Amino acid sequence: MKAPWSATARQRRQAGQGSWWSGLPGVVYLIALVFLPLVIIFVYSFLSRAKLGVGVKWQFSLTPYTELLFSESLSGGRSFDPTYLQIIANSFWYAIITSVVCLVLSIPIALWLATRAPERRTALVFAVTIPFWTSLLIRTYSFIIILNDNGPINGLLKGIGIIDEPIAMLYTPFATVVGLVYTFLPFMILPIYASAERFDFRLAEAAYDLGAAKWTVLRRIVLPSIRPGIIAGMVLVFIPALGSYLAPELLGGGKTSMIANVIAAQFGASRNWPFGAALSVLLLVITLLVLVIFAVVAKRASRAAGRGGWEALI
Amino acid sequence: MCLTSTISEEPLDASAPALSVRDVTKTFQTPEGGQISALDSVSLDIADGSFMVLLGPSGCGKTTLLRCIAGLESPDSGRIDLRGQRIDNMPVWRRRVNTVFQSYALFPHMTVAQNIAFGLQMDKVPGDIIKRKVGESLDMVHLSGLGSRKPSQLSGGQQQRVALARALAKEPEVLLLDEPLSALDLKLRRGMQSELKRLQRETSITFVLVTHDQDEAMAMGDQVAVFNDGRIVQVGEPREVYLRPCSRFVADFIGEANVLTGALDTYGLVIESVGFVPRDRLMPDTQAALGQVHVAVRPENVSLQLDPVGSAKIIDVSYVGGDMRVEAVAAASGTAVNAAVSIVSRVPSQGVQPPRIGDRVSVSFAEGSLTVVAD
Amino acid sequence: MTMDSMPTRGRKRRRNGGVGPGLRDFPTFKAVSYLVFVFLYLPLVVVVAYSFNSNRVVSVWRGFTFSWYSEVLGNDDIQRALFNSLRIGVVATIVSVVLATGLAIGLLTMARAGRTFAWTLIGAPLIIPEIVFAIGTLALFVQSRIPLGVNAITLAHIAFCVPFALLPIRARLRGVDPAVYEAAADLGAGEFTIFRRMTLPLLAPGIVAGALLAFIISLDDFIVSYFLAGPGGTTLPVYIFGMIRNAVTPGVNALSTLMLVASILIVSLSYLLARKRR
Ligand SMILES: Nc1ncnc2c1ncn2[C@@H]1O[C@H](COP(=O)(O)OP(=O)(O)O)[C@@H](O)[C@H]1O
Ligand SMILES: [Mg+2]
Repeated sequence: MKAPWSATARQRRQAGQGSWWSGLPGVVYLIALVFLPLVIIFVYSFLSRAKLGVGVKWQFSLTPYTELLFSESLSGGRSFDPTYLQIIANSFWYAIITSVVCLVLSIPIALWLATRAPERRTALVFAVTIPFWTSLLIRTYSFIIILNDNGPINGLLKGIGIIDEPIAMLYTPFATVVGLVYTFLPFMILPIYASAERFDFRLAEAAYDLGAAKWTVLRRIVLPSIRPGIIAGMVLVFIPALGSYLAPELLGGGKTSMIANVIAAQFGASRNWPFGAALSVLLLVITLLVLVIFAVVAKRASRAAGRGGWEALI
Repeated sequence: MCLTSTISEEPLDASAPALSVRDVTKTFQTPEGGQISALDSVSLDIADGSFMVLLGPSGCGKTTLLRCIAGLESPDSGRIDLRGQRIDNMPVWRRRVNTVFQSYALFPHMTVAQNIAFGLQMDKVPGDIIKRKVGESLDMVHLSGLGSRKPSQLSGGQQQRVALARALAKEPEVLLLDEPLSALDLKLRRGMQSELKRLQRETSITFVLVTHDQDEAMAMGDQVAVFNDGRIVQVGEPREVYLRPCSRFVADFIGEANVLTGALDTYGLVIESVGFVPRDRLMPDTQAALGQVHVAVRPENVSLQLDPVGSAKIIDVSYVGGDMRVEAVAAASGTAVNAAVSIVSRVPSQGVQPPRIGDRVSVSFAEGSLTVVAD
Repeated sequence: MTMDSMPTRGRKRRRNGGVGPGLRDFPTFKAVSYLVFVFLYLPLVVVVAYSFNSNRVVSVWRGFTFSWYSEVLGNDDIQRALFNSLRIGVVATIVSVVLATGLAIGLLTMARAGRTFAWTLIGAPLIIPEIVFAIGTLALFVQSRIPLGVNAITLAHIAFCVPFALLPIRARLRGVDPAVYEAAADLGAGEFTIFRRMTLPLLAPGIVAGALLAFIISLDDFIVSYFLAGPGGTTLPVYIFGMIRNAVTPGVNALSTLMLVASILIVSLSYLLARKRR
């Protein structure tokens, strides 16, 4: 019997190792609840809008995709409408800012963590991960308290007399970026830390010995060595940031919609499922493209570094 | 092609030793909370243009001293001067001292040429000069043409040469080498030993090399400093250290030695199990106090004569290279067996009738060959 | 005595990562690290602190009170939401752990192509934007006439709990010496006995750690639950979202604090379990 799933007969017969088919229920379940939903979204994106808005009408249509670029006036005429393009551009912009801010914050802390004594290090790394395991909704909501006009930050600034009027921070793009950075920071810190921990500090010592001062050692020796971690971190931050929903929803005050908020609206108040599906397909395609680009960059980087890099990391 | 001709900076004080280490002490905290004294008030002067070898068993503090000189470790107390200028409070990157690391520490993301150029770039050397010097350095270590390789594409011996070229390209006042040959196999090591000697002669840069291998130390050093347990126990030319070890430790650590205990008087030395040894067998200028002393003698200065009433009995005969190594136990008649001492003799094996195990022999020493050592 | 005369200098330097005169430290990095820790924990601290705020207006501090906790705990809707969350969490955890254990074992002996395919499926919920996963599942359930509510949420949660349950189990499985199985087989144990007497006990710490992680992930999920809740499927996060959207009272903070504490306790437990039995 040579099922495509099974490994060689010898491997399969090894005592107690179990068999490939024990993974079958999991695979079937994931096909049904991960793969199938994506297929349905893809199909829906080529159908027409249902009368009442919930669900779809089974009639082929390309309208969901043309709606991305054109709006239909009441008279039936089409005109170019950059609203959604703008939102896609916004999403990219926010994702880029978020990744860069996360990177700038993560390199120092990752290196700092990696140079602590081993016992303290484990505890500190765990401390970095704890917030990640608490409810994102609650953490994002907390910034409503922190950033609002009467919140602790404005209170503090007023208290020490720096400002008279509160600074409007909540419901601005700034609040959205703060929320996004907060959400994804651990995803940048951890892979960079993993690289930094493996960095051989004897290389830094050799560089010092050859006359390099601190920042030169950082720039020319340490950063190139932790590049696999940086690339992995960029993937892990940029891609989910692109599809973020909660931070812009709760902190942006409707002024900073990202793709995910528009998708959600199509399945909620706006009631245009095919269009929401088309946007989802677009978001997925963008996600995959970005993933491929990063993979190519990473491969080139690891080849340049002389040994396998980021594949080992993930 | 002599690199010294391009050194631009004049030495600050030509008469001062290239490197002077004074009372340097370094203590480490162990993870368990104890303290290790890695360097205990170490002092050492290294003459300009010499090849100094630091020799000692592993863990005795050699690497720590090198790291203190390089600036990778800061001593708890003491001072270090480079050509009369104090450097122990200077950051690593400002010291005109370079290191060849035991692990080579080649930058894996840079090519061989970039590795060598790195140190020159730090000195803001113009690009065209860097290019020339990288070429020269590669020639010097016989790696011309491999400049565009990555370190991972080189053999261990080649990586070692790159590490050497990288440090030498900066033309340091002093080059520090931490067990540079320990990762190479024996044959390669012999070749590199003479190679290093040649480079040192050609560049006349002061070399300080760390090793735990006494043969290597003897073969390479103009001067050898023997370390034990965080202290320097003897400094001198290899031959001198070999023939006149100042302590039982040095005598044992460097080559093979017989260390015997006897009573010294004005006529000579009485060693219980061997008998009377006339005064002229001791080193000519021996100035030890009369009374009980320890003396060391090298096996090649011991001769064992067949003698039916001799005090020693042969227990082992073996061949080492072209030499015959004979081991005997000597015991004065009437003393307990555990008071017996073992004596090793080493003579060229050619044309000598080999003794048999069990033969009785008498022991004698070459003139001026016994040196009094501290316990 | 030299040792006594310089411990202060020595100790100060040793704190710099242990080696060299601070050569491993870069200026400002320590300060940035401390700031990042403040940033990471600030939201948690603020929510907890404001849960004791006696002012009805959430964001303005007035005085200290415990009353929001009793109000929250006595609320029928919240109790119902809590019950829903727990029910979903428990069922999703059990099913996802069973599936993940099967996958962990199966992945070892799958052929290369099958393994790649399985890993893509397992990793997909982590890469696919959550909103796409949520509306995709919604569309699937509407299309196949599966009613929205607690059961629908449970089905979806299982899918994205699997990767979280899988990681600790897999880590554990990799650490097991295959000779153990061979020894058991040699002593006459059959496949099933080996599984029950060897594999399961050896994997147990990993399975518990995985279960705890899966449970938190399910408990804390908002987006997927929000789209699949239907009329009767309100979970705690969905309820909290409603409170944030409509009438923000410090009750939100009290409820949130309880959830934060639960999550932190569970993840700490999982961490300790994973570390202890190594
Ligand atoms: N960073 C350090 N922390 C604690 N102990 C150290 C450290 N570096 C060296 N030591 C200790 O100092 C002693 C001397 O070490 P080292 O100089 O490396 O010896 P060698 O190079 O002669 O083998 C050893 O006992 C070693 O364990
Ligand atoms: Mg050493």
